[in-house]
Amino acid sequence: MTVVDKSAQLTRKDRGRHADRLFWALCVSAGFAVLVILALILITMVKQAYPAFSAEFFTSSTWIPNDPDGDGPGKPVYGTLAFLYGTLVVSTIAVVVAVPVSIGIALFLTELAPRRIRSAIVTLIDLLAAVPSVVFGLWGILVVAPAVVPVYQWLHDVLGGVPVLGSLFGEPRSSGRTFMTAGLILAIMIVPIITSIAREVFATVPDSDKQAAWALGATRWEMIKGAVLPHSFGGVVGAVILGLGRAMGETIAVALVIGSSVQITANLFESGYALPAIIVDQWGESTGEFTAALIGMGVVLFVITVLVNLVARFVVRRAEIRMRGASA
Amino acid sequence: MTSTTATRPAAAAPVPADLRRSALPLRRRLTDGFSKSLMGLALLIALIPLGLVIYHVTSRGMAVLDWDFLIEDIPNSARRAGGGMGPAIAGTLLITGAAAAMAIPLGVLGSIYLNEYGKQNALARLIRTMSDVMTGVPSVVMGLFIYVSYVLVVKEQSGFAAALALGCLMLPVIIRSSEEMLKLVPDELRQASAALGARRWKTTVSVVLPAAISGIVSGVMLAIARAAGETAPVVLVAGTTFVANWTLAGDNTTLAAQIFKNAGEPFPAAQDRAWGAALTLMVIVLVFTVAARLISSRFAIKER
Repeated sequence: MTVVDKSAQLTRKDRGRHADRLFWALCVSAGFAVLVILALILITMVKQAYPAFSAEFFTSSTWIPNDPDGDGPGKPVYGTLAFLYGTLVVSTIAVVVAVPVSIGIALFLTELAPRRIRSAIVTLIDLLAAVPSVVFGLWGILVVAPAVVPVYQWLHDVLGGVPVLGSLFGEPRSSGRTFMTAGLILAIMIVPIITSIAREVFATVPDSDKQAAWALGATRWEMIKGAVLPHSFGGVVGAVILGLGRAMGETIAVALVIGSSVQITANLFESGYALPAIIVDQWGESTGEFTAALIGMGVVLFVITVLVNLVARFVVRRAEIRMRGASA
Repeated sequence: MTSTTATRPAAAAPVPADLRRSALPLRRRLTDGFSKSLMGLALLIALIPLGLVIYHVTSRGMAVLDWDFLIEDIPNSARRAGGGMGPAIAGTLLITGAAAAMAIPLGVLGSIYLNEYGKQNALARLIRTMSDVMTGVPSVVMGLFIYVSYVLVVKEQSGFAAALALGCLMLPVIIRSSEEMLKLVPDELRQASAALGARRWKTTVSVVLPAAISGIVSGVMLAIARAAGETAPVVLVAGTTFVANWTLAGDNTTLAAQIFKNAGEPFPAAQDRAWGAALTLMVIVLVFTVAARLISSRFAIKER
């Protein structure tokens, strides 16, 4: 009986109860902050950008935000197609270059590298991720862009006559600030992201699968091809999509090296523009409807990156579930 | 026992399989070697730019970096030589610090909700997914968001607005990394605390958090390092200044914003300042990154 009495005393409401509720409420509201911020981003920005949205905004590639010399059309034109095109081209180049490199590094780290040097390499790759994007931009505009022009010229001379490649590798811009340069700089920046996810995915391949391949007399490459790659395909696709999302939103490095000219051209060695780049470039000189148009492009960018990220998470999660099922 | 081992070689004797590597067909050996060298090449392709960036930033930056560079005001004409980055360093420290002061409590509390209360319920899963999504929101969008929802309301560009934007960028990173660390705290600790009669909040604050603190701190420092290098939001909402502004009100600037502005200039003096600022920024970022690694490796909870 006395024991029951004491437990009753212990569980009686006391000083701690209110603190408990308060702490819980604090934590929940902190968690809610994420949802609130995301919702606010969408609502406030759409509200502000609403005047700029028109059919023209999405279908025209003419960008005449202000008309200083007065010989253009009577009113400003805000067509964003050229920027959308630039973003797509640049992030495609980045992904095409970065994916094989990242997968190679991830395989090297998980399957090939001796344990001793593994952590050193991981540190180096993390270091690559730690370099601020503006520093890559600075390096890109002052070191890379002038240096790559002869390479572009050579590629143009060699491949210029080939039907499809010829239009991709056209006459290079002499400043070197081009779609290709921006894509290559972006590729360097997304390699660490894709590598780290691919590494996690490769690490989940069950040892039994690998040992089975070894036991059948497979070489290391045959083991990777037969056991590691098929098992991790879904996860790697997710990693690639995440890298794509990061590449599309990357602003400063691209703004510096893409060359800032509004045009749609198949020539990868020409200057162009990208959605985030034009926002920071022309922000200072914008007012009124011009600002609304820039914010409108921010909304477009937000929606695209959110969708890309959701798809990537979905793909990765599905792959994870499948893998867990396979290893259990 | 001995008899079976003794007889086995005799039984296997007729066809001794040749398991040496040289017995493999040449094509398979070549494919194997080729693929391995490709993997090594991939690593080289990634490390060469890293080495070049570090080399150029260090060599070009060291040429301009001295004590005066760190404290002097920014010249108000880009073509003028001399001057320094004092205001930008002040702005970087102030704005990043303010952003951290806002994002850390919110982020850690949020991660406590996810790991200690919400666990796998619908709300927690939603918050988890949404913070992953928020991690992917481009920094320029965050800058626009703060412009629309804060700068337009108070009608003033300021360091505080930039801190708000950086805080929003740090928040999801801190939530997710802290949650991973809280997950590593063994349940036995929570049960022991509960058995001693501690309330849940008491358990969390005095048992769970201290156990995970080193991991949380290292995640936070990585988030700070990343925020210090963010450029776009600062360019959009902070305005600019040529003299140090040690308050959160009014126009301000950061190293990253100054690099962006000076890198696009055709004048060698401006480009030199950009390199100097880049070296300063890299050092700040590296200090935080290395400190984060040291803390997490020195005081890590042993993974089970």
